[in-house]
Amino acid sequence: MTHYTHTAEGYNPLCGDTIHLFLLLNDGRIEALQFKAACCAICKASASMMTDALDGKSVDQAAAVFERVAELLSTDLLQTADLSVDGEIAALAGVRKFPARIKCAMLPWHTYKAALQGDARLVIGET
Amino acid sequence: MTDPLTFDYRRTRADFPILDTTVRGNPLTYLDSAATAQKPLAVLAALDRYYRVENANIHRGVHYLSEQATDAYEMTRAKAAQFIDVSDPDEIVFVRGATEGINLIAHGFTESVLQAGDEILITHMEHHANIVPWQIAAQKTGALLKVVPVDERGVLDMQAFERLLNERTKLVSVVHVSNALGTINPIKAIIEKAHALAVPVLVDGAQSIPHMPVSMADLGCDFFVFSGHKILGPTGIGVLWGKRQWLERLPPYQSGGDMIEKVDFEGTSYKPIPGKFEAGTPHIAGVIGLSAAFDYMNQLDRAGALQHEHALLCAATEQLTAINGLRIIGTAPDKASVISFQIDDIHAHDIGTFLDAGGVAIRAGHHCTQPLLKRFGLSATARASFAFIMISKMSSVWWLRCIRCSNFSLNASTKDGLPCQRIFTNSIRILFSSTINVRGTMVH
Repeated sequence: MTHYTHTAEGYNPLCGDTIHLFLLLNDGRIEALQFKAACCAICKASASMMTDALDGKSVDQAAAVFERVAELLSTDLLQTADLSVDGEIAALAGVRKFPARIKCAMLPWHTYKAALQGDARLVIGET
Repeated sequence: MTDPLTFDYRRTRADFPILDTTVRGNPLTYLDSAATAQKPLAVLAALDRYYRVENANIHRGVHYLSEQATDAYEMTRAKAAQFIDVSDPDEIVFVRGATEGINLIAHGFTESVLQAGDEILITHMEHHANIVPWQIAAQKTGALLKVVPVDERGVLDMQAFERLLNERTKLVSVVHVSNALGTINPIKAIIEKAHALAVPVLVDGAQSIPHMPVSMADLGCDFFVFSGHKILGPTGIGVLWGKRQWLERLPPYQSGGDMIEKVDFEGTSYKPIPGKFEAGTPHIAGVIGLSAAFDYMNQLDRAGALQHEHALLCAATEQLTAINGLRIIGTAPDKASVISFQIDDIHAHDIGTFLDAGGVAIRAGHHCTQPLLKRFGLSATARASFAFIMISKMSSVWWLRCIRCSNFSLNASTKDGLPCQRIFTNSIRILFSSTINVRGTMVH
């Protein structure tokens, strides 16, 4: 992706997953979102779903999707995913059964947030 | 020689209650002994007994319990000496584990041995615990860290070792058995060559001590470290052995209570070894648990256990080699019962999670050996490690799941490496098919 307004690199030191995110924002709306990744299947799947889920959304709408994903992946909330409401990101709820992998699923989403906030590099895991 | 078939793994297995655990609906298949060993009942009982009826601090009370605890603590020191064939128990220092043992020596060498231009010689297959302390020592002193390369099989390049060893070398610090590859290093040859140039040798025995009897008298090294939890003992306790003249030369590592002879504001004198290296209240329960672990290991038919593990390694190597797309990392002729592998381009954590879903516990990641994996062009591998408590005809669960994992990879790989949403959404569904909790149906 050559034309973008925001970018960030997300890194998970635990497993070495790396994701590079490119975001084209126009008037508060996501016109394009792409990623390059060297990572596990969960991270890739999550990133792939994210690009679909956020494409064309306003930044506010995207923030709501972000919150929903965080909810679905939370082992405290244990929310039931509903395919008709949540769309394909519902599948991410399955990762809850493997708590060590939740960070893999969240990495693309945190990287999106970092890009939006203008942070060039995000290292997940310390929080 | 003990016939491997006569090793009574059923009896020893019964000593490890955790093996009866059910994981995600499957019986636990524990193939992660190289990370930490499971504990026999005798160790659990010793820990319980200590805290229940024997608990007291050591070296500082005149009351009954304190004397009992002190005796048990010091008897374990003698037991540790005996376990690694050392005649002087004062040369045994209790530490948190192999990592702290190496840090203690690195600190001592930084303070009183190393100078600018000196060299520390390690190998490419070291655990981070035997790399980072020396990097820090080198930074502080101006010494140089030199690294012996390994070949494609994961075997040390001994010619390079001889070339790198010279009169500026102040220490060779080398792993006995590689935790990531299983390679057993020619440790005696290394020690002989180093000693020919009067260079001391530290051996990281964290992975060798669970598998083979080790004798300091036979090896002739200068320092040896290991962790209790890898040989059936509790976590947080380990052993550093060093030759008396070295331990006496090195300064204290931590300071405070129990390591002193006399404290005055004008100056303090320290206890003789090993006391000067054991500041503060030590991990007494850990030492008592370790004592039970030594007893357990001593009553074990160790030659039989080793042969049993070797048979498991051979069987597993054969099973894995037959799997399409599976590559074993580390094919040294001399190996302990550890197998690192990868399947096509599946991330090791995905293999780990996939096996975990079937109750199989393996290690996935860089195994604290990032430079070594980088040398093989990898950032992570899956690693199965076998202990003598595993059954002889190993549960086929784990390698069957490896095969499924391999098939899964063939279905999931993309031509150009770019993300394909359907495929990866599917990959999650396949990975978590048994556990996913989603209302509604997915249409593809």
